Amino acid sequence: MEYTILILLLPFVSFLVLGLAGMKMRPVVAGAVGTAVLAVVALLSWWTAFEYFSAGRDAAGVFPTVIPWNTVWLPIGGALHIDLGVLLDPISVMMLVVISTVSLMVHIYSLGYMKGERGFQRYYAFLALFTMSMMGLVVATNIFQMYLFWELVGVSSYLLIGFYYTKKEAVAASKKAFIVTRFADLGFLIGILIYGYYAGTFSFTPEAHALVAAGTMIPLALGLMFVGGAGKSAMFPLHIWLPDAMEGPTPVSALIHAATMVVAGVYLVARMFPLFIGYAPEVLHWTAYIGAFTALYAAVVACVQSDIKRVLAFSTISQIGFMIVALGVCTSADPHTGGLGYMASMFHLFTHAMFKALLFLGAGCIIHAVHSNEMSAMGGLRRYMPLTHATFLVACLAIAGIWPLSGFFSKDEILTACFAFSPVMGWTMTAIAGLTAFYMFRLYYGIFWGTENRELHAAHTPHEAPLTMTLPLVFLAAVTCVAGFIPFGEFVSADGAAYAIHIDTGVAAVSLCVAAAAIALATWMYARDRQPVADKLAATFSGLHRAAYRRFYIDEVYQFISHRVIFACISTPIAWFDRHVVDGFMNLLARGANGAAWLIRDMQSGSVQRYCIWFLGGALGLTVLILLIC
Amino acid sequence: MIKMEYYLVVSTIMMFVGIYGFVTRRNLLAMLISVELILNSVDINFVVFNRFLFPEQLEGFFFTLFAIGISAAETAVAIAIIINIYRNIRNIDAKSLREMKW
Repeated sequence: MEYTILILLLPFVSFLVLGLAGMKMRPVVAGAVGTAVLAVVALLSWWTAFEYFSAGRDAAGVFPTVIPWNTVWLPIGGALHIDLGVLLDPISVMMLVVISTVSLMVHIYSLGYMKGERGFQRYYAFLALFTMSMMGLVVATNIFQMYLFWELVGVSSYLLIGFYYTKKEAVAASKKAFIVTRFADLGFLIGILIYGYYAGTFSFTPEAHALVAAGTMIPLALGLMFVGGAGKSAMFPLHIWLPDAMEGPTPVSALIHAATMVVAGVYLVARMFPLFIGYAPEVLHWTAYIGAFTALYAAVVACVQSDIKRVLAFSTISQIGFMIVALGVCTSADPHTGGLGYMASMFHLFTHAMFKALLFLGAGCIIHAVHSNEMSAMGGLRRYMPLTHATFLVACLAIAGIWPLSGFFSKDEILTACFAFSPVMGWTMTAIAGLTAFYMFRLYYGIFWGTENRELHAAHTPHEAPLTMTLPLVFLAAVTCVAGFIPFGEFVSADGAAYAIHIDTGVAAVSLCVAAAAIALATWMYARDRQPVADKLAATFSGLHRAAYRRFYIDEVYQFISHRVIFACISTPIAWFDRHVVDGFMNLLARGANGAAWLIRDMQSGSVQRYCIWFLGGALGLTVLILLIC
Repeated sequence: MIKMEYYLVVSTIMMFVGIYGFVTRRNLLAMLISVELILNSVDINFVVFNRFLFPEQLEGFFFTLFAIGISAAETAVAIAIIINIYRNIRNIDAKSLREMKW
């Protein structure tokens, strides 16, 4: 399966071609090239998945880990070396399919959405770069390769958030995203170095005795790695960059900030799962608590946001919280006794990528139609955009967890895993799932029903999006409808053995009832033209409402710490020292050299006769000297 | 009998007159004439040393003839340069040749 390296190389070549020669091409050609390359990559990924899973299980009953391509990139000394290569196992193959599919859909969608934008070619170049980096991340053969590509996706995310670089908010958001994730990646890097030092390797399968000998250092390393994952996956309190990242173009939000890059943290924990379970189960449970809190926080904030992309962003944070929780509640690697969460998390990652990309692309169509992100500009859009409406509804039902859409199945597995861990966790997550259904339907009614902004719609009648934009919507909606019936446990499970998914009827009934009740509540509150209940609630609890709208002032806390504490008390003195002492010394040297040059520059007069005098004087002096010595 | 030292005094005077002229003259042609004076003083030295110290040999004479030929060629080149300078800046004053600085 050596051809899998092409999955990385083709987008990279596409990036180089579009990046270097793109501005010479016409936008249509550049878009077609980028999309065609991605189509080939998607076909290759699907073929890889087909070939990998149809090759069957080995004697131990698990899908073997295949490394079709590997090379030592940087020998460090001793046994330690950094490799670059391609590693195929069930989760990396699953991720390849997810990334290439969503990326292809976004490429097609952007042909319509970004039409006529300045820098269209640059946009496609960055998309290709991102796809390459993300693919490289998931097929990494070792933790260090993962880190390299981890940073590359960070860069491409930065470039794409700041795509509208003339817009001040976009520039600020891209810087924020880059700095926050970089800060978290510091933890990741330290974790990797500790891990490499004690385990003696960067690979995912170290020698057991080295890990046992390392004692508490391995849990520390894994915890630090999770800090990096939390930054990328927007876990509380490192989530602040993701809502702002919505300043980027909407298809980018769908691809990077909903479906693929932000689940990199989940993927990291899943990749290190055997080590977490074997050597640091308590760290794993801590991730579950962080994930649960994040899910709750983001769900509450999502209930009051008015910008539809912000609602979706917080919904993404909340759903990633679900995935982290599912991984964190695992107590063993056997899916029958406490290891179900691993499969549930990966399953949810898969289904969430599809329906969240669908939600974002649908939101893109809506923004395209009304030229605003605010819900106040919408309302009643179902009459103007029937196709977007239908697909958006499918996605909302899926994320709310309604049978038979894909979200129901994956969320049910997560809840089952949570109940197996502890009833408190189970009920908490069920309640958050109810909140999810509530805020998603608040969003849905706010866009498609509710109070219509007739004035705006009369001035500029909203229209259905072009075919290039609706086609991906239909495709993703179809996937969302059927993905739940994929026997996911057959392919991915904590110990690699086949696991037959069975619906826990008790959990399923409870979660369905909660979701239905939440949807009914949202319908009652938001579906009609006037919303007295919602307005009254907002007025009664105005303090809480405002706090939630301002995201509980977490950004302000960061602002305070970074500006008042770090900048004022640490950075300013350091800057003074740098400017006056370090730079001052260098300036002194430069000024000294300059002054000396001024002193001797008269010697270079250009007058031949003066040179001649110097020459004769020198010759005479030498003669006298020689005579004196001899 | 004229002693060797007399010749040497003449050539030394010629030599320093030449150096003085080279350093103080402003005109490139005058500087060229000064250089010729220096050269000729050296030629006299060669001839004198050959004549008084090694009368049975001829190297000094031949070297002098050789030097006269060389200096003639060199003068031709120098005058060509000076003509070119004049064509460029309409002047053959050494002080106005500051361009050589850079």
